[in-house]
Amino acid sequence: MAIWESIPEQFQMVLIILAQVLAVTIVVTLCVAYLTLAERKVIGYIQNRIGPNRVGPKGLLQPFADVIKLLLKEVVVPSSANRFLFVIAPLLSITPALAAWAVMPLFPGFTLANINAGLLYVLALTSLGVYGVILAGWASNSKYAFLGAMRSAAQIVAYEIAMGFALVAVVMASGSLNLGEIVEAQAGGAGLLNWFWLPLFPLFVVYFISGVAETNRAPFDVAEGESEIVAGFHVEYSGVTFAIFFLAEYANMILISALTAVFFLGGWLSPFQGLFGEDSVLGAPGLFWFALKTAFFLFCFLWFRATFPRYRYDQIMRLGWKIFIPVTIVWIFVLGAMIAFQVPPWFA
Amino acid sequence: MNFVSPDLSPAFAEMFVLGMTCLVLVVDVYLKDSQRGITYVLSMLTLLGAAAITATSGVVARELTFSGHFVSDPMGDVLKLVVYATTAVVFMYSRDYLRKNDLFKGEFFMLALFAMLGIMVMISAGSMLSLYLGLELLSLSMYALVAFQRDSAQAAEAAMKYFVLGAIASGCLLYGISLLYGMTGTISLSGVSAIFSSADQFNIPVLFGLSFVVVGVAFKFGAVPFHAWVPDVYQGAPAAVTLFIASAPKIAAFALAIRLLVDGLGDLQGGWQDMLVALSVLSIIIGNLVAIVQTNIKRMLAYSTISHVGFILLGILTGSQEGYAAAMYYAIAYVVMTTGAFGLIIILSRKGYEAEHLDDFKGLNSRSPWLAGMMLMLVFSMAGIPPFVGFYAKLTVLMGLVEVGLTWLAVLALVFSVVGAFYYLRVVKLMYFDEARETGEPEAALDIRVLLSANAALVLLLGLFPDGLMSLCIKVFQ
Amino acid sequence: MEILFYVFATVLVGAAIGVITARNPVHSVLYLVLAFFNSAVLWLLLEAEFLAIVLVLVYVGAVMVLFLFVVMMLDVNVESVKSGFTRYAPVGVLVMVIIAVELAQVIWVRHMGLRGVGELTPMPADYNNTRELGLLLYTEYFYAFELAAVILLVAIVAAISLTMRRRPGLKAQDIARQVGVRREDRVKLVKMDAEERQ
Repeated sequence: MAIWESIPEQFQMVLIILAQVLAVTIVVTLCVAYLTLAERKVIGYIQNRIGPNRVGPKGLLQPFADVIKLLLKEVVVPSSANRFLFVIAPLLSITPALAAWAVMPLFPGFTLANINAGLLYVLALTSLGVYGVILAGWASNSKYAFLGAMRSAAQIVAYEIAMGFALVAVVMASGSLNLGEIVEAQAGGAGLLNWFWLPLFPLFVVYFISGVAETNRAPFDVAEGESEIVAGFHVEYSGVTFAIFFLAEYANMILISALTAVFFLGGWLSPFQGLFGEDSVLGAPGLFWFALKTAFFLFCFLWFRATFPRYRYDQIMRLGWKIFIPVTIVWIFVLGAMIAFQVPPWFA
Repeated sequence: MNFVSPDLSPAFAEMFVLGMTCLVLVVDVYLKDSQRGITYVLSMLTLLGAAAITATSGVVARELTFSGHFVSDPMGDVLKLVVYATTAVVFMYSRDYLRKNDLFKGEFFMLALFAMLGIMVMISAGSMLSLYLGLELLSLSMYALVAFQRDSAQAAEAAMKYFVLGAIASGCLLYGISLLYGMTGTISLSGVSAIFSSADQFNIPVLFGLSFVVVGVAFKFGAVPFHAWVPDVYQGAPAAVTLFIASAPKIAAFALAIRLLVDGLGDLQGGWQDMLVALSVLSIIIGNLVAIVQTNIKRMLAYSTISHVGFILLGILTGSQEGYAAAMYYAIAYVVMTTGAFGLIIILSRKGYEAEHLDDFKGLNSRSPWLAGMMLMLVFSMAGIPPFVGFYAKLTVLMGLVEVGLTWLAVLALVFSVVGAFYYLRVVKLMYFDEARETGEPEAALDIRVLLSANAALVLLLGLFPDGLMSLCIKVFQ
Repeated sequence: MEILFYVFATVLVGAAIGVITARNPVHSVLYLVLAFFNSAVLWLLLEAEFLAIVLVLVYVGAVMVLFLFVVMMLDVNVESVKSGFTRYAPVGVLVMVIIAVELAQVIWVRHMGLRGVGELTPMPADYNNTRELGLLLYTEYFYAFELAAVILLVAIVAAISLTMRRRPGLKAQDIARQVGVRREDRVKLVKMDAEERQ
């Protein structure tokens, strides 16, 4: 304590912020590690298998084994690849996925950086993730990788529009761009009926599905498309560089799940808010609820992967441009009417 | 926060046009190719409705709305009515031509209507911002219209040139505007005008800003030395599009010049007068001389346009109300003449063949004396031969010049008009004294014939009785 | 703050130079991305957070991705494009100098009192940039805002009308027709007598 007090106040603040950043990053990274395990287990059980169960009790140490294996492997840079871009591409894809957590409201009163335009910040960062994919595909100097990158670029740009429109509606409903305020705008006596998923239901669906498409996950994983273009944009990557792409993909999944929870399912709010009161265990808002909702969406990601066959590329584009975007635009008008007529309980 | 809704009534015409165009856009999607006539009718109704709204608005004084970004005044209303009429005439001339060349699509009408909306916005722009946005709306629609004929390499080339040069010109204008904004801290034209009327006027940066603005204006007019796009675009675009580009946007350019140079920078008249003198002298000289050697009538008319633009600029640069009125009169007269001339090219064109060579006019008299007669009137008017409107328009501009003491300029313009008469008369010679290369009367629907006749009659009538329009032009500048 | 400004400004200028000097067009685009990013940071320093984020969102996140897409697809012969560089460089430098002088003049004029520039004061922490911008856009600049929307609409119409056409011989699925197929359209049952064994 004495040492702590001897540090000048400004540095104390810097240290506290650093510690918070580190804590959030480590937690997210650990979540990623166990998400990979969860994926294999969940899909295993869905397919009537057991999944990994050799490393540690019930296979719980499997992620660490994977990480160590990948770390020890050699990074091969293809002979005529663009070395600098080839190496920097994985970093470009992981950084936005982690940086977006800065504005995430984890529990009441806690956000790393409480900025006013938080939602825009998130949108901007998620749109940056595509650079990692495109550059990886181009720098590899490989046809498969390039095809994957092109597919991914077109897909992400297309779905970003639908996502953006869905978020416009969230902003209209909550009257704020600050994620914490968006969560608070969903609080109310009706508990989970107060959340935005109900008045914005089509947009909720559109947003989550677009999120799946943005992360290049099944059934929208044409960028990897292992049955057509081997492994898509990361076909030439090995060792640590591959591990980082892997990390980025799962970090993005967690991010999208968490954002969906914040925008549409009331973030840290309890579903039983009106029923049990704010003071009871079940009624109190907290990190637990946020984590639970995020976990639910993550499960959906895995569930989709185990259930749906891959979309054909033109079908993906059709879905994005011809279905999602019109749906969101129409619903923005509906929402405008709901706000104008002050439909209870959301807009009263 | 209390939100005060702006007074929408002065902008009813713009809102009507926008609403109708969007309606056309949606309706057209559901039409079969054989039903495109509905798009045509709807577009004409749009123009009719807009004309009715503007004509009945009865604006007598300047009115500002939308926080000063929109201005409505009698000059604007007159120009808008001219633009509606021009667009309607363009649509009527083009209909059969478009059908014959597989271009009869809804996009032509939509883009033309959007371009017209851009012109309307420019005409009633109250700030440099809305002026610029209107200009972009017009230009963007124009680029697309020029490239509209997908299979024509010439059209694609013309569109590309137009687009690149147009982008540079817009950049110049925008840069000039930003310099002016930097110096005055306001984008409203009345605000700029207020600051320059009180401040010390001629410092170097103001001149810089001004010259960039003038470059932008000159490009949109197509004045020398910013004329390079005009002949190529006129030649490359399908005749129907050329007809549109040659007519209505000149009204827009006139409005641009009046709003920006007179309304906004009127107190810098000493600065821009010299620039306009150079532009107009060059335009009249180069336009008339180069037109002589053209064998393609579209290119010839392009250079003739350049020389006409020189005359419009002459009227503006006088800086007097009479001069502005004369320029406005000239612009309107030019539009009437040019729609007729291009209308005739459209009539002579057939499927897949543009009657754009001078040879196509050979012996027109033997094929159709009526058409030849109409063309004779139009060409005489362009050359400035009395009693047609072109003569009177030139006369008023020259009188305006003499009045402000620029007699040498008037003499020069006169001399080169005489030079210009040579190539106009050559067309007459071809029509009346040369052997026809083909026989048979050109096909044209009845309404188009009537329209062309009315067009030529207007050229004569306005020349015989110029006072009505002229007094209107003078009235709106008082 | 000042040091930060100079750092980012230097990177910005460096990136801008990189855009025109890079030999590989993809590198040029990436330099441009860097330039946009740094200008966004400069705006952040000016407390224009909305503009900064939107710059990243629109230009870096969408426009440049499409640029990159196109540049990667094109097989640009870099050397032939760059061959005119030294020839045109003097003109370019001249234009640059003129523009710089003009900008300096304008700033100088404003300081000399044509219109006084107020001292820039930092806004309070709860000042919401986005909100203020929205208020201005929907009140004072409403007309311009709507016009911009119309221009975008025209851009869409123009782009679609110029690029979309039905090419003959194009093999594409017509999903409605696929779904609408009945058995009778495809399979024809013919009744025949059994042929005699030969």
